[in-house]
Amino acid sequence: MTTPQILFYAFAALAVASALGMLLNLRNAVAAAMSLVVTMVSLAGIYVLLEAHLVAAIQIMVYAGAIVVLFLFVVMLLNLRADEFSPGRQWLTKGAALLVVTASGAHLVRLLSADLPEPGPPPPGFGGYAQLGVSLFTDYVLLVEMASLVLLAAIVGAVILAKRKID
Amino acid sequence: MVPIAHVIGLSALLFMIGVAGVATRRNLIVVLMSIELMLNAANLAFVGFNRMWAGVGAAHRFDGQVFVLMVVTVAAAEVAVGLGIVIAMFRNRDSVNLEDVSLLKW
Repeated sequence: MTTPQILFYAFAALAVASALGMLLNLRNAVAAAMSLVVTMVSLAGIYVLLEAHLVAAIQIMVYAGAIVVLFLFVVMLLNLRADEFSPGRQWLTKGAALLVVTASGAHLVRLLSADLPEPGPPPPGFGGYAQLGVSLFTDYVLLVEMASLVLLAAIVGAVILAKRKID
Repeated sequence: MVPIAHVIGLSALLFMIGVAGVATRRNLIVVLMSIELMLNAANLAFVGFNRMWAGVGAAHRFDGQVFVLMVVTVAAAEVAVGLGIVIAMFRNRDSVNLEDVSLLKW
C-alpha cells in the first residue's frame, strides 16, 4: 500500500467518523458544526490526493471558512435551549427511516464500488488554476454568469428574510 | 494511486449519512448541515470521476471540477437563504424544531 492510499483511507475514516459525529450529536449544535468542519477538511485532503488542487483550496475557503462559520454565527445568535436538541417522540418512524436508509446505503455502496478502471497519470497542469480558469471563462462562461445571478438573488433573499421588519 | 471505486463508495456512504440526518433529525440547523453533507458527497463523486477520466479524452478534461465549483456556489446561496429562514422562524415561533412548523405537512 502506497502513501497516497494510506492517506486516502485515513482521510476517509476521519470524514465518515466526523459525519457520524454530526449526525449523532443530539445535544450541542456547535459541536455538530465543528464535526462538519472536520468532514470538509478531510474531503479537501482527498481532493488533493485526486489531483484537484484548486477544488481543495476552494473547499477549505468556502466550506470550512464561510459556510460553517455562518452556521456557527446562527447557532450562537439564536441562543438555543438544550431541550431542542433532544430526540423527538416518534422513534418508530425514525427507526424505520434509519433502517431504509441503511439498507439502501449498503446497496448503493456495493453497487457503486464495482470495478472501475484505474486512472492513469494525470496530464500536466491537471487541477491547477490556469487550465480550470480558462475552461471557466471560455466553455462555461454562461454558467459563471448564472452563478453570479444566483448569488445576487441569495444575498437579496437572505437580507429580506433576516430583516426584523419588512416595510 | 487512490482507488476510484473506494472514492465513489465513500461518496455514497457520506450521502447516506446526510439522508439519515434529514430523515431523523428535527433540528432545522442540523437538517441544513446534513444537506451540506449530501452536496459534498456529490462533489466527491464529481472529483473522483473527473480524475478517472483525466487524460482519456483531449477536450473537456475539467468538466467535473467545474461542476464542483458550481455546486459550491449553489450550496453557499442555499445556506444563506436557509439560515435566513431559520432566523425568521426563530423570531416568529421561538424554536427551530421542524415539528413546530407543520402547517404545510399532511
